[in-house]
Amino acid sequence: MEYFLQQLINGITLGSIYGLIAIGYTMVYGIIGMINFAHGDVFMVGGFIALIAFLALVAIGVTAIPVALFLVLLIAMALTALYGWAIERIAYRPLRQSFRLAPLISAIGMSIILQNYIQIVQGAGAKPLPRLIEGGHTLIDSEAFAVRLSNIQIIVVLTTFVLMVAFSWLVAKTRLGRDMRACEQDLKMASLVGVNVDRTISLTFLIGAALAAVAGIMYLLYYGVVDFYIGFVAGVKAFTAAVLGGIGSLPGAMLGGILIGLIETFWSAYFTIEYKDVAAFSILIVVLIFLPTGILGRPEVEKV
Amino acid sequence: MNTQAATRKPLLATALKDATLAALVAFGLFGLLIGLRTGLGPNAALVLTTRFEELAIVVAVVFAGSLLRSLLFGRGPLMAGRFKPLLESRAARIIRRLAVPALFALAICWPLLTYHNRYLLDLGILVLTYVMLGWGLNIVVGLAGLLDLGYVAFYAVGAYSYALLAQNFELSFWICLPVAGILAAFWGVLLGFPVLRLRGDYLAIVTLAFGEIIRLVLTNWQSFTGGPNGIGNIPRPSFFGLPFNEEEDGFAAFFGLEFSSIHRIVFLFYVILALALITNWVTLRLRRLPVGRAWEAMREDEIACRALGINTTNTKLTAFAMGAMFAGIAGSFFATRQGFISPESFTFNESALVLAIVVLGGMGSQVGIAIAALAMLGGFELFRGLDQYRMLVFGAAMVVIMLWRPRGLVSTREPSLHLPKPEPSKGAA
Amino acid sequence: MSPEPILEVEHLTMRFGGLVAIDDLSFTAKRGDITALIGPNGAGKTTVFNCITGFYKPSAGMMRLAHPDGRFYLLERLLDFRVAQQARVARTFQNIRLFPAMTVLENLVVAQHNVLMAASGFTFGGLFGLGRYRAAERTAVDKARYWLERTNLLGRADDSAGALAYGEQRRLEIARAMCTDPVLLCLDEPAAGLNARESGELNALLRFIRTDHATSILLIEHDMSVVMEISDHIVVLDHGFKIADGTPAAIRDDPKVIAAYLGVEDEEVIKVEAEVGL
Repeated sequence: MEYFLQQLINGITLGSIYGLIAIGYTMVYGIIGMINFAHGDVFMVGGFIALIAFLALVAIGVTAIPVALFLVLLIAMALTALYGWAIERIAYRPLRQSFRLAPLISAIGMSIILQNYIQIVQGAGAKPLPRLIEGGHTLIDSEAFAVRLSNIQIIVVLTTFVLMVAFSWLVAKTRLGRDMRACEQDLKMASLVGVNVDRTISLTFLIGAALAAVAGIMYLLYYGVVDFYIGFVAGVKAFTAAVLGGIGSLPGAMLGGILIGLIETFWSAYFTIEYKDVAAFSILIVVLIFLPTGILGRPEVEKV
Repeated sequence: MNTQAATRKPLLATALKDATLAALVAFGLFGLLIGLRTGLGPNAALVLTTRFEELAIVVAVVFAGSLLRSLLFGRGPLMAGRFKPLLESRAARIIRRLAVPALFALAICWPLLTYHNRYLLDLGILVLTYVMLGWGLNIVVGLAGLLDLGYVAFYAVGAYSYALLAQNFELSFWICLPVAGILAAFWGVLLGFPVLRLRGDYLAIVTLAFGEIIRLVLTNWQSFTGGPNGIGNIPRPSFFGLPFNEEEDGFAAFFGLEFSSIHRIVFLFYVILALALITNWVTLRLRRLPVGRAWEAMREDEIACRALGINTTNTKLTAFAMGAMFAGIAGSFFATRQGFISPESFTFNESALVLAIVVLGGMGSQVGIAIAALAMLGGFELFRGLDQYRMLVFGAAMVVIMLWRPRGLVSTREPSLHLPKPEPSKGAA
Repeated sequence: MSPEPILEVEHLTMRFGGLVAIDDLSFTAKRGDITALIGPNGAGKTTVFNCITGFYKPSAGMMRLAHPDGRFYLLERLLDFRVAQQARVARTFQNIRLFPAMTVLENLVVAQHNVLMAASGFTFGGLFGLGRYRAAERTAVDKARYWLERTNLLGRADDSAGALAYGEQRRLEIARAMCTDPVLLCLDEPAAGLNARESGELNALLRFIRTDHATSILLIEHDMSVVMEISDHIVVLDHGFKIADGTPAAIRDDPKVIAAYLGVEDEEVIKVEAEVGL
């Protein structure tokens, strides 16, 4: 029981990170109907920017951890958002009228570029960072097993929750959110009624990348290590989360993320850790076959 | 003169403004990641080293590039069709017509030219392996329009099928080759049957996941596949029963030649050449059959296909299985050539490389794919020191080709049939 | 004379979530007739087509198609491609769906896929150049040539379909549908975007298809000059309801029809009024 509870806590923490990345997939898919294949790598870039920003801040004398982390958050979100924006601008926007597979192939190319760019400029090795946020609480301390909730886990889940609320508010209440929803319904119609479609799409990529950056920071703080390859696997899992929750749906992305996090954690805890990625990838295939609209998604009517 | 100067000045001004903006964005993008490098210092903690010169160079290049672009092409986006097609002038058409026989002759003569250069001969085999993979994937991506990101999985199925069949049952290469092809096709159908109803981009991600699953299973199923250590001592092929060795019953002794280890390599070269040419022949043949036309029609418009009574699921399945079969055959060739296989040879990068070859060559164009494979693999051998930039360039090539010539470098499509001249005796039907 | 029905639609209903696109629609199309389905924008005409041709599964109702040999097909039970393959219902699309990179001739040969596929021994025979397949392909090309002549596209046979002018693309789509030898041809706004001369040619083509090929036609059309001139029977839809059903003469005078059209933009009302001679 205590073991189960501990895995539940770990799973929700991991799932929150997946959920943050999944929002980027789901938003972009909702608006322009494409899988932004490079999004997982944007998350990885976010992690690297956060790492370097932190080291740079320490080097110039900002050693108070809360201040440094807050600055890191701002810097990483801003710069990663810039990446999201630039990728859309360079590799996707000119292809909006091109043939069906063009944006997807371009996105795959972008993903390969980002991975190898980071490998070249920062080296292939893993980048460890000492634990910055220590401490935690012991919830249950039975003879056999102590259930611990670390501070970093609290921070990850809380940050995700706050961002989720803020983001839902943005989509529901602001002008930008309205434009986004309009674009989601029908791009051409939206532009006819005066929505600046290019700007809305750019902003979508920007926000998606900023959230991925937050996920990158959380990953860095939680695991204490990043490398150039984390984006690939995390990307596929987050995409699985987006599909599982129902692509196009924001709460769905979060729900899917947490489910994937839980499945992965429990699989590792009770079965074999070697096959945890196989489990996640298999879920993707199974969900797409049997539940393509996801848990909270709307059924898609084929346009004839 | 005056008017020219008048329009020129604001052009220069806006170009400068755009270039400055681009340089600023570049500084934002690259400032931290290129300007600072993390490395492991003493006591295993990360330390930063600065690299401001490189950063300055990159930003300057972006500035200059943006400035040049605005001055040469104006402010509009550099979209497809902006440039004149590369290979569509008349002279180019003649070159293209010559390309096929020239490449063919080069391939036939390659072992003679490189008989004393093992390295070049090996490179020839490598290029031909990728030509074959490219032609196989072309059936799926180029003709049927299905984006398969897990193509390497079928390559792996073929390689492991041969390795395991040969080791456990001592079957010969020539029996295993078709068996590996059939097994890979079987896996293709197994995966394809449930997932081919999915939309194009879902299919892409599912095939990607499938490729990863296969690789992870190969890595973790130690008792069956040897795990990360792979399988070694895979039997080498024989010359239709004559082994390549120094014995009495060997290939060299039978033909009265002096034994040389290069015989086997030359033989392998011609084997992969023949396999690639068979792939090509089958593809060209299928294109002129209803199934091939249905593939292309499906790529163009799936809904219209269904309205014409074409069973698109079956049509996709045949394309998928056919592509998988050729990958499987190429895989078993790979296994016998290397004598050793491990999951490391079957990563996503491999799928991406084959896809890049197909995309660059022009989806659907057989010659284009051969040229692309030659250019990509041969090109990289020329710049061996730049190995780490290899994948970066592949990725960039995919993006640039999509932006610039989405139908690939060789993009003219040969119709599968022409209207014959009406017979004079026959009036209107 | 009252020919037997070819298509009987009974109580057809199609809901998308809460939206009712077609509400309890029943009508009959007779063999050898040109039946027109008209109504203001958003009346649900294309949805009816998508149900008949199997692209949508109707929420309720029955669609019964009769072949000349007396066999019946319940269309709501067939998968999309089987509607074309077995029930022999062919269709065109409102926003033309050709195979643009393929040639005009290839477009027409793809339409004969099922016949050719069987002749090629499901690829295995054709791969090794069986004579039977070559003969079948020749027949297919002859049929394509026949329809190219009828649609005045013979000179463009080897051009890619995407390079054709708009009117030519419309004609090619009809030719392609006819290459499947349909018993019922469903045309979704075939005259849209055509000029007066082209509409005239289209009328002649449709009449020819009906008289010389025993193919009945179901037609969605906004162009009243086409509808009034060639239809034998008109069904009027408004917001998913059938509001009228009868001969062109009867529809012309039906106050409900005029009211339905009055409900839409002025432009269209004036056009309709002029065309029906009010």
